[in-house]
Amino acid sequence: MTLGGINYHELSFAQRLSVKYFTVAMVLFLAQMLFGLLAGAQFLWPDFLFGVLDFNVNRMVHINAMVVWMLYGFIGSIFWLVEDESGVPLVGPRIAEATFWVLTLAVTVVVVVYLVVQSGPGNQWTLWLINEGREYIEAPRWADIGIVLCMVAIFYNVAGTFVAGRWSGISGVLVLDLIALAGLYLAGMFYTTNLPMDQYWWWWVIHLWVEATWEVLVGCIMAWGLIKTLGARRRIVTTWLYIEVALMFGSGILGLGHHYFWIGTPEYWLGIGGFFSALEPIPLVAMVVHAVYDAGRHSFRSNNHPALAWLIAHAFGNFLGAGVWGFMQTLPQINMYTHGTQWSSSHGHLAFFGAYTTIVVAFIYLAIQRLRGDVWMSAGMDGAWRWKWALALLHIGMVGMSIALLIAGYEQSFVERAVGGSTWQAYFAGQTQPWFVQAMWWRMAFGVLMTAGLVLLLVDFLRAGAQETRPIKSLALPQAAAAGG
Amino acid sequence: MAEPGTEWWASESFWRKCAIFVTAFMALVLVLLTFHTLTVIAAGSEAGRVPAYSVINHRIGYEFDDERNHMVPVIGPVAPLFGEALDEEAARALVDHGKLTVQARNCMNCHTLLGNGAYYAPDLTKAWLDPGWGNEQARELLMTMFLKDPPANARTFGTGRRMPNPHLTDDEVRAVIAYLKWMSAIDTNGFPSGFTPLPQGDLRGDAS
Ligand code: HEC
Ligand code: HEM
Ligand code: HEM
Ligand SMILES: [Fe+2]
Repeated sequence: MTLGGINYHELSFAQRLSVKYFTVAMVLFLAQMLFGLLAGAQFLWPDFLFGVLDFNVNRMVHINAMVVWMLYGFIGSIFWLVEDESGVPLVGPRIAEATFWVLTLAVTVVVVVYLVVQSGPGNQWTLWLINEGREYIEAPRWADIGIVLCMVAIFYNVAGTFVAGRWSGISGVLVLDLIALAGLYLAGMFYTTNLPMDQYWWWWVIHLWVEATWEVLVGCIMAWGLIKTLGARRRIVTTWLYIEVALMFGSGILGLGHHYFWIGTPEYWLGIGGFFSALEPIPLVAMVVHAVYDAGRHSFRSNNHPALAWLIAHAFGNFLGAGVWGFMQTLPQINMYTHGTQWSSSHGHLAFFGAYTTIVVAFIYLAIQRLRGDVWMSAGMDGAWRWKWALALLHIGMVGMSIALLIAGYEQSFVERAVGGSTWQAYFAGQTQPWFVQAMWWRMAFGVLMTAGLVLLLVDFLRAGAQETRPIKSLALPQAAAAGG
Repeated sequence: MAEPGTEWWASESFWRKCAIFVTAFMALVLVLLTFHTLTVIAAGSEAGRVPAYSVINHRIGYEFDDERNHMVPVIGPVAPLFGEALDEEAARALVDHGKLTVQARNCMNCHTLLGNGAYYAPDLTKAWLDPGWGNEQARELLMTMFLKDPPANARTFGTGRRMPNPHLTDDEVRAVIAYLKWMSAIDTNGFPSGFTPLPQGDLRGDAS
């Protein structure tokens, strides 16, 4: 290992695979931002790319790139920790490698078809080959099937490796959660004429992913990350993980009901959805307490400050974006007016960023440290301004954008929904209010800021730890200090 | 079975059991509720929340329900779409073609349906009843014209935000309108609140 050099070939096979997953993830993250900028620009200049790359195409690429890059980030993280956690090498390296290339090829084809073919005649062929036209899971059916097969292959590798090696609390939760996560995708893979039926199952994928299985998945990644960055004690971390699972699934599974208020589903969902989803912030508070407690207990002594900073950002971002922003509109009395407005967009942005972008970035910093030969990566390292500015720009941009969208959402709920009754005309009455128009400009400005932050982050990924020659400081705290602190 | 030095309520094994029990219980409740909900939302089920597809043969109204304290769709007398009454199967096939077209043209990444989708264009839940179509006599014609060439029939209310031409065939246009008509008859618990439909004809008579 050379300190500060690139030690790609000294990494284990599974970790080299992680690096590949992370690389594709970051390319897609950049694409997500660019298509977000295009879509945002069309709010300001509606003739921009009209008839060439219409809003719906830009938006579809924007949100699909997001879902895929986050999944890539999770898969990369899982491959990174699986050997360490199980104590044995990956069971099926060739399958794992092939899966990565097949999946990446499929993603590329899907995106090219989105951009070039865009849409098709109203028949099943279009759904099979071009686009399913269902938000977030637009990928055509052939790709759905491919994705599921790839997930099975990845699952075989992850679960198989734990079977071959040792199990732990973290890996047990992780494997069960992966089964649920992949299984839920099947709920989004069929066609029906009945729109309420369609949306009923569509939410199983979307909600039970982001508010249940993804949360628990990042909980596992976070648990492992806290052990690594802080040297937190495994028993405490595992106990916390179980508590989080109980609270998250306890509230999030029936919290699904907050999407069943207005889609033709029975009235009992108003009560069930409102009640259980209102409890959903509790586990998110617990995660903040957990992270801050662990960090404080170890006096923020970490060998990887960028990773720790992004882990803390994850805890707070998750709480704020998902917990607070979600809670604000989750009671049916309020959701009646905010449903399907820029409120949802504000919450969607802050939640996805706060909960999932942050944790993937944190994990990539952990991986980079190893790639650079376990170098010292703390506040005083060379070029530390880069990660600090990237973190600041991305957060200022995201918070600013979310607040702009929230103001737009307030205005829209009031003018279009409450006063105008959501007609065609009322919709545009909302869209032309000065506050709304200004908010769209602010969203754009903050989006540009965020994009600058992302570029800097990507530069930092290439450079962090490069000139560093100090080795990592061992973190294993003296047992007495850990027990006493 | 707590670890030494740990209270039972802070122990790993206690919380593991909790996690398993809570998850299993909640999942079970969700599955049971799902069985019930699916019967309720089947098209044309007795609950009447999601209409049969042949509802497109009828006038659809939207009225305030005192008991529920919000607006509800009302299925009125016979008023076939494009003047052509269809049996249940033909109606289903037409609405089905409409839904396929809406998915194939990716309308939901600009519009919301039942409030879900994108926020770049008006919600289409009650598009069939929108006062923007003027009156019931003009509606079918105006909707057809609009969907055949949205830029040429743009309104945009000063925003310049036009809908691009989805290049629908005549069959696709009719199917999409049938789909929108059926959608407007779904009971959405009063969403969107305060929606005022275009002037409605008689909803209680026997024939149109
Ligand atoms: C690129 C974005 C975009 C796409 C895609 C799109 N629309 Fe639109 N749609 C709009 C905009 C913007 C308006 C408002 C147009 C105006 O006022 O001139 C609109 C208006 C409408 C209206 C009239 C508004 C109302 O409340 O009744 C209907 C109906 C409609 N669209 C249906 C569709 C259907 C069906 C599709 C898919 C085949 C579709 N749209 C695809 C942007 C879009
Ligand atoms: C990390 C976790 C979360 C993520 C990533 C997330 C993301 C999203 C997104 C993207 C939407 C918009 C969906 C659409 O396009 O229609 C949405 C909707 C919603 N979310 Fe969340 N969410 C999270 C957690 C929560 C929590 C904890 C709550 C409640 C306390 C919540 C409440 C809601 C509600 C009520 C809606 C419906 C908005 C509407 O009616 O339009 N969310 N969420
Ligand atoms: C350059 C920065 C960005 C810009 C300009 C931007 C712009 C947009 C626009 C215009 C939409 C469509 C909203 C609508 O339908 O009205 C959208 C949707 C969305 N974006 Fe972004 N975005 C950016 C960054 C991000 C990031 C970083 C994330 C998450 C990590 C994200 C997640 C989402 C989600 C989840 C939706 C769907 C929201 C919903 O349906 O409620 N975006 N974005
Ligand atoms: Fe949800």
